[in-house]
Amino acid sequence: MDTLSATREKSKISVKNLNFYYGKFHALKNINLEIPENKVTAFIGPSGCGKSTLLRVMNRMYELYPEQRAQGEVLLDGANLLTSKEDVALLRAKVGMVFQKPTPFPMSIYDNIAFGVKLFESLNASDMDERVEWALRKAALWGEVKDKLNQSGSSLSGGQQQRLCIARGIAIKPEVLLLDEPCSALDPISTAKVEELIAELKKDYTVVIVTHNMQQAARCSDYTAYMYLGDLVEFGATEEIFFKPKRKETEDYITGRFG
Amino acid sequence: MADKHLSTQFDSELNTVSSRVMELGGLVESQLRLAIYALSQFSAESANQVIETELRVNGMELDIDRELSSIIARRQPTARDLRLLIAISKTTANLERAGDEAAKIARMVKSILHSGASRTLPSSDLRVAADLASGLLRKALDAFARLDTVAAVSILKEDDQIDAEFDGFVRKLITYMMEDPRTISASLDLLFIAKAIERVGDHAKNIAEFIIYIVKGADVRHSPMDQIESAAK
Repeated sequence: MDTLSATREKSKISVKNLNFYYGKFHALKNINLEIPENKVTAFIGPSGCGKSTLLRVMNRMYELYPEQRAQGEVLLDGANLLTSKEDVALLRAKVGMVFQKPTPFPMSIYDNIAFGVKLFESLNASDMDERVEWALRKAALWGEVKDKLNQSGSSLSGGQQQRLCIARGIAIKPEVLLLDEPCSALDPISTAKVEELIAELKKDYTVVIVTHNMQQAARCSDYTAYMYLGDLVEFGATEEIFFKPKRKETEDYITGRFG
Repeated sequence: MADKHLSTQFDSELNTVSSRVMELGGLVESQLRLAIYALSQFSAESANQVIETELRVNGMELDIDRELSSIIARRQPTARDLRLLIAISKTTANLERAGDEAAKIARMVKSILHSGASRTLPSSDLRVAADLASGLLRKALDAFARLDTVAAVSILKEDDQIDAEFDGFVRKLITYMMEDPRTISASLDLLFIAKAIERVGDHAKNIAEFIIYIVKGADVRHSPMDQIESAAK
Protein backbone atom coordinates (compact mmCIF):
# COMPACT_ATOMS: atom_id res chain seq x y z
CA MET A 1 0.00 0.00 0.00
CA ASP A 2 1.37 3.34 -0.97
CA THR A 3 0.82 5.47 2.08
CA LEU A 4 3.04 8.35 0.99
CA SER A 5 0.70 9.57 -1.70
CA ALA A 6 -2.17 8.93 0.68
CA THR A 7 -0.94 11.72 2.86
CA ARG A 8 0.67 14.10 0.40
CA GLU A 9 2.64 15.33 3.38
CA LYS A 10 6.30 15.40 4.18
CA SER A 11 7.30 12.14 5.77
CA LYS A 12 9.04 12.18 9.15
CA ILE A 13 9.34 8.44 9.60
CA SER A 14 9.28 5.93 6.75
CA VAL A 15 8.65 2.33 7.65
CA LYS A 16 9.72 0.01 4.85
CA ASN A 17 9.14 -3.73 4.69
CA LEU A 18 9.23 -4.02 8.44
CA ASN A 19 8.90 -7.45 9.94
CA PHE A 20 9.08 -8.05 13.67
CA TYR A 21 9.40 -11.23 15.68
CA TYR A 22 8.90 -12.16 19.32
CA GLY A 23 10.99 -15.33 19.17
CA LYS A 24 9.25 -17.33 16.45
CA PHE A 25 6.05 -15.31 16.55
CA HIS A 26 5.70 -13.07 13.52
CA ALA A 27 4.19 -9.99 15.11
CA LEU A 28 4.51 -7.39 12.35
CA LYS A 29 4.09 -8.48 8.75
CA ASN A 30 5.78 -6.46 6.07
CA ILE A 31 4.67 -3.05 7.24
CA ASN A 32 5.04 -0.12 4.87
CA LEU A 33 3.97 3.21 6.27
CA GLU A 34 4.81 6.90 6.13
CA ILE A 35 4.34 8.94 9.28
CA PRO A 36 3.69 12.57 8.25
CA GLU A 37 5.67 15.33 9.89
CA ASN A 38 3.95 17.64 12.37
CA LYS A 39 0.75 15.66 12.31
CA VAL A 40 -0.85 13.24 14.73
CA THR A 41 -1.01 9.69 13.46
CA ALA A 42 -3.05 7.15 15.40
CA PHE A 43 -2.65 3.38 15.35
CA ILE A 44 -5.88 1.54 16.09
CA GLY A 45 -6.84 -2.10 16.09
CA PRO A 46 -7.92 -4.89 18.42
CA SER A 47 -5.65 -6.24 21.15
CA GLY A 48 -2.69 -8.11 19.75
CA CYS A 49 -2.80 -6.42 16.35
CA GLY A 50 0.75 -5.10 16.69
CA LYS A 51 0.12 -1.41 17.19
CA SER A 52 2.20 -1.08 20.35
CA THR A 53 4.86 -3.32 18.84
CA LEU A 54 5.09 -1.01 15.83
CA LEU A 55 5.25 2.04 18.06
CA ARG A 56 8.06 0.58 20.11
CA VAL A 57 10.13 -0.23 17.07
CA MET A 58 10.32 3.48 16.40
CA ASN A 59 12.55 4.10 19.38
CA ARG A 60 14.09 0.63 19.52
CA MET A 61 12.48 -0.27 22.85
CA TYR A 62 12.64 -3.91 21.75
CA GLU A 63 16.41 -3.91 22.21
CA LEU A 64 15.84 -4.32 25.89
CA TYR A 65 14.68 -7.87 25.13
CA PRO A 66 17.01 -10.30 23.31
CA GLU A 67 14.32 -12.52 21.78
CA GLN A 68 12.73 -9.60 19.95
CA ARG A 69 14.07 -8.63 16.56
CA ALA A 70 13.20 -6.28 13.72
CA GLN A 71 13.95 -6.65 10.01
CA GLY A 72 13.50 -3.96 7.43
CA GLU A 73 13.95 -0.22 7.57
CA VAL A 74 12.62 2.53 9.74
CA LEU A 75 13.91 5.80 8.35
CA LEU A 76 13.92 8.89 10.52
CA ASP A 77 14.57 11.84 8.22
CA GLY A 78 16.04 9.39 5.76
CA ALA A 79 18.42 7.57 8.12
CA ASN A 80 17.60 3.99 9.12
CA LEU A 81 17.28 4.04 12.87
CA LEU A 82 17.31 0.24 13.09
CA THR A 83 20.88 -0.04 11.90
CA SER A 84 22.20 3.26 13.12
CA LYS A 85 25.46 3.14 15.03
CA GLU A 86 24.33 6.12 17.02
CA ASP A 87 23.84 5.69 20.78
CA VAL A 88 20.30 4.47 21.27
CA ALA A 89 19.86 6.94 24.10
CA LEU A 90 20.31 9.74 21.62
CA LEU A 91 17.67 8.15 19.43
CA ARG A 92 15.32 8.05 22.39
CA ALA A 93 16.02 11.72 22.99
CA LYS A 94 14.92 12.47 19.43
CA VAL A 95 12.02 10.03 19.57
CA GLY A 96 10.46 10.27 23.00
CA MET A 97 7.87 7.94 24.47
CA VAL A 98 5.07 8.30 26.99
CA PHE A 99 3.50 5.16 28.41
CA GLN A 100 0.05 4.14 29.42
CA LYS A 101 0.69 4.22 33.12
CA PRO A 102 2.14 7.55 34.24
CA THR A 103 5.71 6.91 35.37
CA PRO A 104 7.00 9.93 37.27
CA PHE A 105 10.48 9.47 38.63
CA PRO A 106 10.68 9.23 42.42
CA MET A 107 11.92 12.80 42.67
CA SER A 108 10.59 16.33 42.71
CA ILE A 109 8.52 17.72 39.86
CA TYR A 110 11.44 19.95 38.95
CA ASP A 111 13.93 17.10 38.92
CA ASN A 112 11.62 14.91 36.88
CA ILE A 113 12.03 17.39 34.05
CA ALA A 114 15.66 18.33 34.71
CA PHE A 115 16.90 14.75 34.99
CA GLY A 116 16.54 13.92 31.31
CA VAL A 117 17.81 17.30 30.17
CA LYS A 118 20.97 16.89 32.24
CA LEU A 119 21.76 13.63 30.44
CA PHE A 120 22.04 15.42 27.12
CA GLU A 121 22.82 19.06 27.78
CA SER A 122 24.78 21.07 30.31
CA LEU A 123 22.68 24.02 31.24
CA ASN A 124 23.42 26.51 33.99
CA ALA A 125 20.90 26.88 36.78
CA SER A 126 18.88 29.70 35.31
CA ASP A 127 18.79 28.10 31.84
CA MET A 128 17.61 24.88 33.45
CA ASP A 129 14.90 26.76 35.33
CA GLU A 130 13.78 28.22 32.04
CA ARG A 131 13.76 24.85 30.34
CA VAL A 132 11.74 23.27 33.15
CA GLU A 133 9.21 26.08 33.03
CA TRP A 134 9.04 25.92 29.26
CA ALA A 135 8.37 22.18 29.28
CA LEU A 136 5.74 22.45 32.00
CA ARG A 137 4.03 25.30 30.14
CA LYS A 138 4.05 23.30 26.92
CA ALA A 139 2.46 20.42 28.78
CA ALA A 140 -0.22 22.75 30.17
CA LEU A 141 0.91 21.93 33.68
CA TRP A 142 2.87 25.02 34.75
CA GLY A 143 -0.04 26.86 36.33
CA GLU A 144 -0.89 23.86 38.49
CA VAL A 145 2.62 23.09 39.74
CA LYS A 146 4.62 26.32 39.68
CA ASP A 147 4.32 26.81 43.41
CA LYS A 148 5.24 23.26 44.29
CA LEU A 149 8.10 22.33 42.02
CA ASN A 150 9.93 20.77 44.93
CA GLN A 151 7.13 18.40 45.76
CA SER A 152 7.35 14.83 44.62
CA GLY A 153 6.11 13.97 41.17
CA SER A 154 3.93 11.27 42.68
CA SER A 155 2.01 13.83 44.71
CA LEU A 156 0.20 14.86 41.54
CA SER A 157 -3.08 13.41 40.29
CA GLY A 158 -3.04 10.76 37.53
CA GLY A 159 -3.82 13.25 34.82
CA GLN A 160 -1.20 15.66 36.09
CA GLN A 161 1.37 12.86 36.32
CA GLN A 162 0.75 11.98 32.72
CA ARG A 163 1.20 15.60 31.67
CA LEU A 164 4.38 15.61 33.74
CA CYS A 165 5.61 12.62 31.74
CA ILE A 166 4.77 14.47 28.54
CA ALA A 167 6.61 17.56 29.82
CA ARG A 168 9.57 15.34 30.65
CA GLY A 169 9.48 13.96 27.12
CA ILE A 170 9.33 17.38 25.54
CA ALA A 171 12.00 18.95 27.75
CA ILE A 172 14.78 17.28 25.80
CA LYS A 173 13.39 18.74 22.59
CA PRO A 174 12.58 15.59 20.68
CA GLU A 175 11.38 15.57 17.13
CA VAL A 176 8.87 12.79 17.53
CA LEU A 177 6.60 11.89 20.43
CA LEU A 178 5.32 8.36 20.74
CA LEU A 179 2.30 8.02 23.01
CA ASP A 180 1.28 4.50 23.97
CA GLU A 181 -2.34 4.67 25.15
CA PRO A 182 -1.55 7.81 27.13
CA CYS A 183 -5.09 8.33 28.42
CA SER A 184 -6.11 4.77 29.28
CA ALA A 185 -5.56 5.32 32.98
CA LEU A 186 -7.12 8.79 33.05
CA ASP A 187 -10.59 10.12 33.77
CA PRO A 188 -12.51 11.95 31.01
CA ILE A 189 -11.49 15.45 32.08
CA SER A 190 -7.79 14.59 32.28
CA THR A 191 -8.16 12.79 28.98
CA ALA A 192 -9.65 15.89 27.40
CA LYS A 193 -6.77 18.00 28.72
CA VAL A 194 -4.20 15.60 27.32
CA GLU A 195 -6.00 15.57 23.97
CA GLU A 196 -5.98 19.39 23.92
CA LEU A 197 -2.28 19.19 24.61
CA ILE A 198 -1.71 16.75 21.75
CA ALA A 199 -3.41 19.19 19.38
CA GLU A 200 -0.99 21.90 20.50
CA LEU A 201 2.07 19.64 20.40
CA LYS A 202 1.73 18.72 16.77
CA LYS A 203 2.66 22.26 15.82
CA ASP A 204 6.21 21.50 16.93
CA TYR A 205 6.45 17.72 16.97
CA THR A 206 5.43 14.68 15.01
CA VAL A 207 3.07 12.70 17.21
CA VAL A 208 2.23 9.01 16.97
CA ILE A 209 -0.42 7.70 19.32
CA VAL A 210 -1.56 4.15 19.97
CA THR A 211 -5.07 3.97 21.30
CA HIS A 212 -7.70 1.31 21.75
CA ASN A 213 -10.28 4.07 22.05
CA MET A 214 -11.51 4.66 18.53
CA GLN A 215 -13.31 7.84 19.37
CA GLN A 216 -10.08 9.25 20.73
CA ALA A 217 -8.32 8.43 17.46
CA ALA A 218 -11.20 10.09 15.64
CA ARG A 219 -10.99 13.20 17.81
CA CYS A 220 -7.24 13.62 18.05
CA SER A 221 -5.55 12.39 14.97
CA ASP A 222 -4.98 13.65 11.46
CA TYR A 223 -4.15 10.21 10.09
CA THR A 224 -5.17 6.77 11.25
CA ALA A 225 -3.65 3.35 10.63
CA TYR A 226 -5.85 0.31 11.23
CA MET A 227 -3.93 -2.83 12.08
CA TYR A 228 -5.06 -6.41 12.47
CA LEU A 229 -3.01 -9.49 13.40
CA GLY A 230 0.28 -7.86 12.48
CA ASP A 231 -0.89 -6.43 9.16
CA LEU A 232 -1.44 -2.82 8.25
CA VAL A 233 -4.93 -3.07 6.81
CA GLU A 234 -5.59 0.54 5.94
CA PHE A 235 -4.01 3.94 6.37
CA GLY A 236 -5.56 7.28 5.55
CA ALA A 237 -6.80 10.66 6.67
CA THR A 238 -8.80 10.20 9.83
CA GLU A 239 -11.93 11.77 8.41
CA GLU A 240 -11.81 9.34 5.47
CA ILE A 241 -11.25 6.33 7.69
CA PHE A 242 -14.18 7.25 9.92
CA PHE A 243 -16.52 8.43 7.16
CA LYS A 244 -15.77 6.20 4.21
CA PRO A 245 -13.05 3.61 4.87
CA LYS A 246 -11.73 1.78 1.83
CA ARG A 247 -11.59 -1.68 3.35
CA LYS A 248 -14.54 -3.61 4.69
CA GLU A 249 -12.33 -4.91 7.52
CA THR A 250 -11.69 -1.34 8.61
CA GLU A 251 -15.37 -0.46 8.45
CA ASP A 252 -16.33 -3.57 10.39
CA TYR A 253 -13.88 -2.66 13.14
CA ILE A 254 -14.82 0.99 13.51
CA THR A 255 -18.56 0.39 13.33
CA GLY A 256 -18.43 -2.42 15.84
CA ARG A 257 -19.17 -5.31 13.54
CA PHE A 258 -16.89 -8.24 14.12
CA GLY A 259 -18.59 -10.78 11.87
CA MET B 1 -27.73 -3.34 6.63
CA ALA B 2 -27.20 -7.08 6.73
CA ASP B 3 -24.07 -7.25 8.86
CA LYS B 4 -24.72 -7.34 12.54
CA HIS B 5 -23.10 -5.14 15.14
CA LEU B 6 -21.69 -6.69 18.26
CA SER B 7 -24.27 -4.57 20.03
CA THR B 8 -27.65 -6.09 19.27
CA GLN B 9 -29.21 -3.03 20.86
CA PHE B 10 -27.60 -0.82 18.23
CA ASP B 11 -28.78 -3.14 15.46
CA SER B 12 -32.26 -3.02 16.86
CA GLU B 13 -32.23 0.78 17.07
CA LEU B 14 -31.08 1.09 13.46
CA ASN B 15 -33.69 -1.38 12.28
CA THR B 16 -36.42 0.41 14.19
CA VAL B 17 -35.61 3.83 12.79
CA SER B 18 -35.28 2.41 9.26
CA SER B 19 -38.71 0.79 9.58
CA ARG B 20 -40.21 4.05 10.80
CA VAL B 21 -38.91 5.80 7.68
CA MET B 22 -40.44 3.13 5.45
CA GLU B 23 -43.69 3.53 7.36
CA LEU B 24 -43.60 7.28 6.79
CA GLY B 25 -42.85 6.64 3.12
CA GLY B 26 -45.87 4.38 2.83
CA LEU B 27 -48.08 6.95 4.50
CA VAL B 28 -46.94 9.76 2.22
CA GLU B 29 -47.38 7.53 -0.83
CA SER B 30 -50.96 6.77 0.10
CA GLN B 31 -51.54 10.46 0.83
CA LEU B 32 -50.31 11.30 -2.64
CA ARG B 33 -52.38 8.64 -4.36
CA LEU B 34 -55.46 9.91 -2.58
CA ALA B 35 -54.64 13.48 -3.60
CA ILE B 36 -54.39 12.39 -7.24
CA TYR B 37 -57.71 10.61 -6.87
CA ALA B 38 -59.24 13.75 -5.34
CA LEU B 39 -57.99 15.70 -8.34
CA SER B 40 -59.21 13.30 -10.98
CA GLN B 41 -62.64 12.93 -9.35
CA PHE B 42 -62.81 16.43 -7.90
CA SER B 43 -63.71 14.77 -4.61
CA ALA B 44 -63.87 17.08 -1.62
CA GLU B 45 -64.10 14.12 0.73
CA SER B 46 -60.84 12.59 -0.49
CA ALA B 47 -59.23 16.00 -0.39
CA ASN B 48 -60.18 16.37 3.26
CA GLN B 49 -58.77 12.96 4.10
CA VAL B 50 -55.45 13.96 2.57
CA ILE B 51 -55.34 17.12 4.62
CA GLU B 52 -56.07 15.23 7.84
CA THR B 53 -53.21 12.80 7.19
CA GLU B 54 -50.77 15.72 7.33
CA LEU B 55 -50.88 15.74 11.12
CA ARG B 56 -49.76 12.13 11.28
CA VAL B 57 -46.97 12.75 8.79
CA ASN B 58 -45.67 15.71 10.76
CA GLY B 59 -45.80 13.73 13.99
CA MET B 60 -43.80 10.89 12.46
CA GLU B 61 -41.17 13.29 11.20
CA LEU B 62 -40.66 14.60 14.73
CA ASP B 63 -40.51 11.07 16.16
CA ILE B 64 -37.94 9.90 13.65
CA ASP B 65 -35.73 12.94 14.18
CA ARG B 66 -35.89 12.43 17.91
CA GLU B 67 -34.83 8.79 17.55
CA LEU B 68 -32.00 9.80 15.22
CA SER B 69 -30.63 12.35 17.69
CA SER B 70 -30.74 9.77 20.42
CA ILE B 71 -28.84 7.19 18.39
CA ILE B 72 -26.20 9.69 17.28
CA ALA B 73 -25.70 10.99 20.80
CA ARG B 74 -25.28 7.57 22.32
CA ARG B 75 -23.59 5.53 19.64
CA GLN B 76 -21.09 7.87 17.93
CA PRO B 77 -21.81 6.16 14.62
CA THR B 78 -19.13 6.08 11.97
CA ALA B 79 -18.76 5.24 8.28
CA ARG B 80 -21.74 3.40 6.86
CA ASP B 81 -23.85 3.74 9.99
CA LEU B 82 -23.21 7.49 10.10
CA ARG B 83 -24.11 7.90 6.44
CA LEU B 84 -27.27 5.88 6.92
CA LEU B 85 -28.43 8.08 9.78
CA ILE B 86 -27.65 11.30 7.94
CA ALA B 87 -29.49 9.97 4.89
CA ILE B 88 -32.47 8.95 7.00
CA SER B 89 -32.66 12.44 8.45
CA LYS B 90 -32.71 14.02 5.00
CA THR B 91 -35.05 11.40 3.54
CA THR B 92 -37.49 12.03 6.36
CA ALA B 93 -37.44 15.74 5.58
CA ASN B 94 -38.02 15.03 1.89
CA LEU B 95 -40.91 12.70 2.68
CA GLU B 96 -42.54 15.23 4.98
CA ARG B 97 -42.32 17.85 2.24
CA ALA B 98 -43.72 15.43 -0.32
CA GLY B 99 -46.60 15.00 2.12
CA ASP B 100 -46.96 18.78 2.20
CA GLU B 101 -47.21 18.80 -1.58
CA ALA B 102 -49.97 16.18 -1.45
CA ALA B 103 -51.84 18.34 1.05
CA LYS B 104 -51.34 21.36 -1.21
CA ILE B 105 -52.85 19.44 -4.11
CA ALA B 106 -55.83 18.58 -1.93
CA ARG B 107 -56.30 22.23 -0.88
CA MET B 108 -56.13 23.38 -4.49
CA VAL B 109 -58.73 20.79 -5.49
CA LYS B 110 -61.05 22.16 -2.83
CA SER B 111 -60.39 25.69 -4.02
CA ILE B 112 -61.21 24.74 -7.61
CA LEU B 113 -64.35 22.96 -6.48
CA HIS B 114 -65.37 26.07 -4.56
CA SER B 115 -64.89 28.28 -7.62
CA GLY B 116 -67.16 26.00 -9.64
CA ALA B 117 -64.88 25.93 -12.68
CA SER B 118 -63.82 22.33 -12.25
CA ARG B 119 -65.35 20.56 -15.22
CA THR B 120 -63.86 22.70 -17.95
CA LEU B 121 -60.22 22.49 -16.94
CA PRO B 122 -57.64 20.15 -18.50
CA SER B 123 -57.00 18.51 -15.13
CA SER B 124 -56.91 15.03 -16.66
CA ASP B 125 -53.75 16.04 -18.46
CA LEU B 126 -52.12 16.24 -15.09
CA ARG B 127 -52.85 12.60 -14.47
CA VAL B 128 -49.83 11.44 -16.46
CA ALA B 129 -47.41 13.59 -14.52
CA ALA B 130 -49.11 12.73 -11.25
CA ASP B 131 -48.84 8.99 -11.84
CA LEU B 132 -45.22 9.39 -12.87
CA ALA B 133 -44.42 11.29 -9.69
CA SER B 134 -46.26 8.84 -7.49
CA GLY B 135 -44.56 5.93 -9.22
CA LEU B 136 -41.18 7.58 -8.82
CA LEU B 137 -41.72 8.02 -5.10
CA ARG B 138 -42.69 4.37 -4.78
CA LYS B 139 -39.56 3.33 -6.68
CA ALA B 140 -37.36 5.57 -4.54
CA LEU B 141 -38.72 4.07 -1.34
CA ASP B 142 -38.29 0.53 -2.68
CA ALA B 143 -34.73 1.28 -3.73
CA PHE B 144 -34.02 2.84 -0.33
CA ALA B 145 -35.26 -0.25 1.48
CA ARG B 146 -32.95 -2.41 -0.64
CA LEU B 147 -30.12 0.17 -0.82
CA ASP B 148 -30.17 -0.44 -4.58
CA THR B 149 -27.83 2.03 -6.29
CA VAL B 150 -28.71 0.79 -9.79
CA ALA B 151 -32.37 1.58 -9.19
CA ALA B 152 -31.33 4.92 -7.70
CA VAL B 153 -29.52 5.96 -10.88
CA SER B 154 -32.48 5.03 -13.06
CA ILE B 155 -34.78 7.10 -10.81
CA LEU B 156 -32.51 10.09 -11.25
CA LYS B 157 -32.81 9.72 -15.01
CA GLU B 158 -36.59 9.48 -14.86
CA ASP B 159 -37.14 12.76 -13.04
CA ASP B 160 -36.51 14.62 -16.30
CA GLN B 161 -39.71 13.13 -17.69
CA ILE B 162 -41.81 14.73 -14.99
CA ASP B 163 -40.16 18.09 -15.60
CA ALA B 164 -40.97 17.79 -19.31
CA GLU B 165 -44.62 16.94 -18.54
CA PHE B 166 -44.80 19.95 -16.27
CA ASP B 167 -43.45 22.31 -18.95
CA GLY B 168 -45.95 20.92 -21.47
CA PHE B 169 -48.80 21.39 -19.05
CA VAL B 170 -47.87 25.00 -18.32
CA ARG B 171 -47.94 25.80 -22.02
CA LYS B 172 -51.38 24.22 -22.31
CA LEU B 173 -52.70 26.18 -19.36
CA ILE B 174 -51.44 29.44 -20.80
CA THR B 175 -53.39 28.74 -23.98
CA TYR B 176 -56.45 28.02 -21.87
CA MET B 177 -56.13 31.24 -19.93
CA MET B 178 -55.66 33.29 -23.07
CA GLU B 179 -58.73 31.74 -24.66
CA ASP B 180 -60.94 32.41 -21.65
CA PRO B 181 -59.77 34.82 -18.95
CA ARG B 182 -62.59 33.71 -16.65
CA THR B 183 -60.66 30.48 -16.13
CA ILE B 184 -57.54 32.26 -14.89
CA SER B 185 -58.23 31.84 -11.18
CA ALA B 186 -58.94 28.13 -11.42
CA SER B 187 -56.13 27.67 -13.92
CA LEU B 188 -53.68 29.13 -11.44
CA ASP B 189 -54.88 26.63 -8.85
CA LEU B 190 -54.21 23.92 -11.38
CA LEU B 191 -50.79 25.36 -12.02
CA PHE B 192 -49.97 25.11 -8.33
CA ILE B 193 -51.11 21.52 -8.41
CA ALA B 194 -48.85 20.81 -11.36
CA LYS B 195 -45.98 22.45 -9.50
CA ALA B 196 -46.70 20.34 -6.43
CA ILE B 197 -46.57 17.18 -8.55
CA GLU B 198 -43.27 18.26 -10.04
CA ARG B 199 -41.92 18.88 -6.54
CA VAL B 200 -42.87 15.35 -5.48
CA GLY B 201 -40.71 14.10 -8.33
CA ASP B 202 -37.85 16.21 -6.99
CA HIS B 203 -38.24 14.73 -3.52
CA ALA B 204 -38.15 11.21 -4.95
CA LYS B 205 -34.99 12.17 -6.77
CA ASN B 206 -33.41 13.48 -3.57
CA ILE B 207 -34.15 10.21 -1.80
CA ALA B 208 -32.48 8.32 -4.66
CA GLU B 209 -29.37 10.50 -4.31
CA PHE B 210 -29.09 9.52 -0.66
CA ILE B 211 -29.10 5.83 -1.52
CA ILE B 212 -25.86 6.39 -3.41
CA TYR B 213 -24.55 8.40 -0.45
CA ILE B 214 -25.22 5.57 1.98
CA VAL B 215 -23.79 2.78 -0.16
CA LYS B 216 -20.88 4.54 -1.84
CA GLY B 217 -20.19 7.48 0.45
CA ALA B 218 -20.50 9.83 -2.53
CA ASP B 219 -22.62 12.97 -2.28
CA VAL B 220 -24.05 13.26 -5.79
CA ARG B 221 -26.37 16.18 -5.16
CA HIS B 222 -25.94 18.84 -7.84
CA SER B 223 -23.74 16.50 -9.91
CA PRO B 224 -24.16 15.85 -13.62
CA MET B 225 -25.45 12.42 -14.68
CA ASP B 226 -22.10 11.06 -15.88
CA GLN B 227 -20.51 11.74 -12.50
CA ILE B 228 -23.47 10.19 -10.73
CA GLU B 229 -23.21 7.04 -12.83
CA SER B 230 -19.53 6.61 -12.11
CA ALA B 231 -20.01 7.31 -8.40
CA ALA B 232 -22.73 4.66 -8.19
CA LYS B 233 -20.64 1.89 -9.75
